[in-house]
Amino acid sequence: MVAEAAPALPRPARRSPVLAFCLAQPLGAAGAIAITAMGLAAVFAERVAPYDPVAIDFGAMLAAPSVEHWFGTDAFGRDILTRVIYGARTALAIGFLSSLLGCTVGAVLGVASAYFGGRIDMGIQRLVDILLSFPIIVLALVVVAMLGRNLVLGIDFNLILAIAVPTMPRVARVVRSAALSIREMPYIDAARVQGFSDARIIFRHMVPNVAAPYLIMFTAAIAQAILLEASLSFLGLGVTEPTPAWGLMLSGNASDFYREAPWMILFPGLAISVAVFAFNLFGDSLRDWLDPKFKV
Amino acid sequence: MTAALAEPRREAAVSPVILSVEDLHVHFATSRGVVRAVEGLSYQVRRGEVLAVVGESGCGKSVSALAIMRLLARPAGRVAGGRIVFDGRDLLTLSEDAMRAVRGREIGMVFQEPMTSLNPVLPIGLQIEEPLRIHLGMNPDQARARAVELLQLVGITDPQRRLDQYPHHFSGGMRQRVMIAIGLACNPKLLIADEPTTALDVTIQAQILELMRDLARRLDVALIIITHNLGIVARYADRVNVMYAARVAEQGTADDIFLNPCHPYTMGLMRSVPRLDRPRGERLETIEGLPPNLLAPPAGCRFAPRCQFKYEACEKEPSLAECGAGHRSACHRAHEFATGRLAPAAIEPLAARAAMAADTAAPLLNVRHLKKFFAVARSGGMFARTIVEVRAVNDISFSIQKGETLGLVGESGCGKTTVGRLILRLETPTGGSIEFDGRDIAEARGDELRRNRRRIQAIFQDPYSSLNPRMTVGQIIAEPLTVYRLAPSARAAKDRVAELLSQVGLFPYMAERYPHEMSGGQRQRVGIARALAMEPSFIVCDEPVSALDVSIQGQIINLLEDLQRRLGLTYLFIAHDLAVVRYISTRVVVMYLGRIMEVADRDTLYGAPLHPYTKALLDAAPVPDPLAERARAPRMLKGEIPSPLSPPTGCVFHTRCPLADDDCRRVVPELREAGSGHQVACIKV
Repeated sequence: MVAEAAPALPRPARRSPVLAFCLAQPLGAAGAIAITAMGLAAVFAERVAPYDPVAIDFGAMLAAPSVEHWFGTDAFGRDILTRVIYGARTALAIGFLSSLLGCTVGAVLGVASAYFGGRIDMGIQRLVDILLSFPIIVLALVVVAMLGRNLVLGIDFNLILAIAVPTMPRVARVVRSAALSIREMPYIDAARVQGFSDARIIFRHMVPNVAAPYLIMFTAAIAQAILLEASLSFLGLGVTEPTPAWGLMLSGNASDFYREAPWMILFPGLAISVAVFAFNLFGDSLRDWLDPKFKV
Repeated sequence: MTAALAEPRREAAVSPVILSVEDLHVHFATSRGVVRAVEGLSYQVRRGEVLAVVGESGCGKSVSALAIMRLLARPAGRVAGGRIVFDGRDLLTLSEDAMRAVRGREIGMVFQEPMTSLNPVLPIGLQIEEPLRIHLGMNPDQARARAVELLQLVGITDPQRRLDQYPHHFSGGMRQRVMIAIGLACNPKLLIADEPTTALDVTIQAQILELMRDLARRLDVALIIITHNLGIVARYADRVNVMYAARVAEQGTADDIFLNPCHPYTMGLMRSVPRLDRPRGERLETIEGLPPNLLAPPAGCRFAPRCQFKYEACEKEPSLAECGAGHRSACHRAHEFATGRLAPAAIEPLAARAAMAADTAAPLLNVRHLKKFFAVARSGGMFARTIVEVRAVNDISFSIQKGETLGLVGESGCGKTTVGRLILRLETPTGGSIEFDGRDIAEARGDELRRNRRRIQAIFQDPYSSLNPRMTVGQIIAEPLTVYRLAPSARAAKDRVAELLSQVGLFPYMAERYPHEMSGGQRQRVGIARALAMEPSFIVCDEPVSALDVSIQGQIINLLEDLQRRLGLTYLFIAHDLAVVRYISTRVVVMYLGRIMEVADRDTLYGAPLHPYTKALLDAAPVPDPLAERARAPRMLKGEIPSPLSPPTGCVFHTRCPLADDDCRRVVPELREAGSGHQVACIKV
């Protein structure tokens, strides 16, 4: 038997996927760098931040940005740079955990809905419809109002739940439609013809193919969760004083002093924008990158 | 034969040249470099003439047509050089406004996909009238009158009523007629048809091409047909351009190209397709290898790496030189071919292939009264929903002996794919039995089903979507080995994967590749290796070559034959291409609208068909020989395939059958014996 095309195209040398991603998706790489910087700041906040985030210094109230206080200080004389750095910890922890929860539950519901079809699909999708009919912020407010607070290790788990709940139906929809089209692919038929079990088909053949929409939804959900956490904190229903959180820094007496001390709202606001923007950039590039057709 | 040759096909030479393409170059900028999609293309078309552009995918045939229309995808694609002179003007120098006036007004275009090239939300009348009102400034009444005229011209009955209908009311063939009507609406001087019948069934294809050629003659329109089907070229073209890897390999009249080809690629193409008009050869001759990557084309002759006649001179680039009057070939040895000093070895006809000692005792697969009905909800009004039963497979019986290949042919919607899916148990039958090796598997479940699955495997049509894109080739092939513990260790599994890969003509190192890193033919080989990994005894091949290029088709067919001989496999070969089925099958089943029309061994079916449908199918399939085609009376099948939602009463074929009478409308014909092993379902024969 003769082979078709003996020396076919030379195989491109395997290079580090990180480097390859950066070269192919420079904007995504910029997002990833911003996210990494935030992550490092959050993890090593104690070493990076110049001051104690809750230390009150009446000698430096509403100080403008200077060499001592790069971002200035707030009405209690607390260093804003420090609080922005510690705020990243709150934002990322809550954003990451709530997205993980919301997306995973949503993805499980979505794949189950697509694979089993029929009544299960019907039931899950009507539940999703109900959840989708509420504005995100209202849904989160309802959950917070109903459950109150539940602090474990300094993290409010009910707040995470409140942010996860509105994420879930959106992910369930997207993952379901992806899984539905994959269920109809000939390679799933091929797996059935080979007599593989349902579990094997779902986990080996379907799940890896919905991993891309899952990851993209996940990064987008983190951005949304950060924004939602900031909004809830701003409304006084999220993180409470004196914990440093970006949304919280925009509310309270910041609204009384922003004319005299605009840095009080400028820097936390910038932090929120940059974080959301970075996650969205990264998620977008990830979508292109994970599409196998774009990969060579 | 000489008389036919001498007879001028038509007096094309006297009509004026309408389009002249001179040294056209088209480049596409991609992230991996510049692809030179068309290089130095030159040709002329005269009014009333049919020019066919033939070649495999990626050879630049569609791109050159888009360049004429100035519709290249921007900004990636651009014309890098040359002239396109249409009716005395160079189209490349026209302003965008002037070009808009040419498109649709003077040059019409018909695309491949009739299903997607009409706007689904507009009635077709509006879509036909639109160019008339824009280009010719007609008022609504005039446009309407002209639209009615056009629909009559393309053979659509009841045009007044049909104009108000939407594209989904039309079948594929009817939509292609509408597309032709739109293309011809403003009396263009040139009509370009890009694979106009590739998506259509063979009987409909004949109708459409016949229509296009007649209209071109009658209206004195130049027609460019872009196609990969050599039979179409032989039947309908006056002149032919054969393209290979962005360049013209050979150009000349249809007679030149088919009777006296002077380029090894043209010869190879013609010898690698299974043919209805020739005795079956021992093996299909194939063009080995793949077309070159246009990002880094080889120096010298582009066909040399695959050419059996190459010699030293082929390292230099050949120019397109005359090798006969008006016959040009881009080959250094064209003159040797033209004078007959050099010719490929004659194809040996197969002396009755040693019957594969078929075990006639008990069939391997015995299908009895198999039925599959699907319930389809059809909305009737705003809330009312009625459930309609589609009888995809309606009471069919056949059997397959061990070691044979049973071909299953039919047009789209005839239920042939459903039969394959039922045997694979991807669908559960509504009724009937499927006996495999003595056991009924029609209702098998659980462990029993799993046991059978190991023995019945499948090869799918689309090599692109039948492999999981997230698994490497090695993982895909090794998966059944680990699941069924067919290999004692990971090491053994790896060795077995390597063995399977070489068995299907791939290299063991390819196990690390992902499917998207391979070509269509290579992927299809991976699909075959996956099926073989289970060590099956029976394989259902559902259109395994219809998505592949002609030269690759031959390679896959040969591979399937070799494997059958070596491993003693039994095949059910489902296809719509009659020539391919004839080549590979020992016996053939013809299906139409869920029922079997005729069953016979290969030579009887193709040599002496009994059923009028089989005859019509064979008649509609063009063969790549212009002499045979010209000698043939155009006897095409009229009408459309009825909707499976409301099949005809009695014999399902009676609506299109030339023999049908009142009895056929009442009686459902039984499949009855008409000779040894020859069964036919018709009361008239």
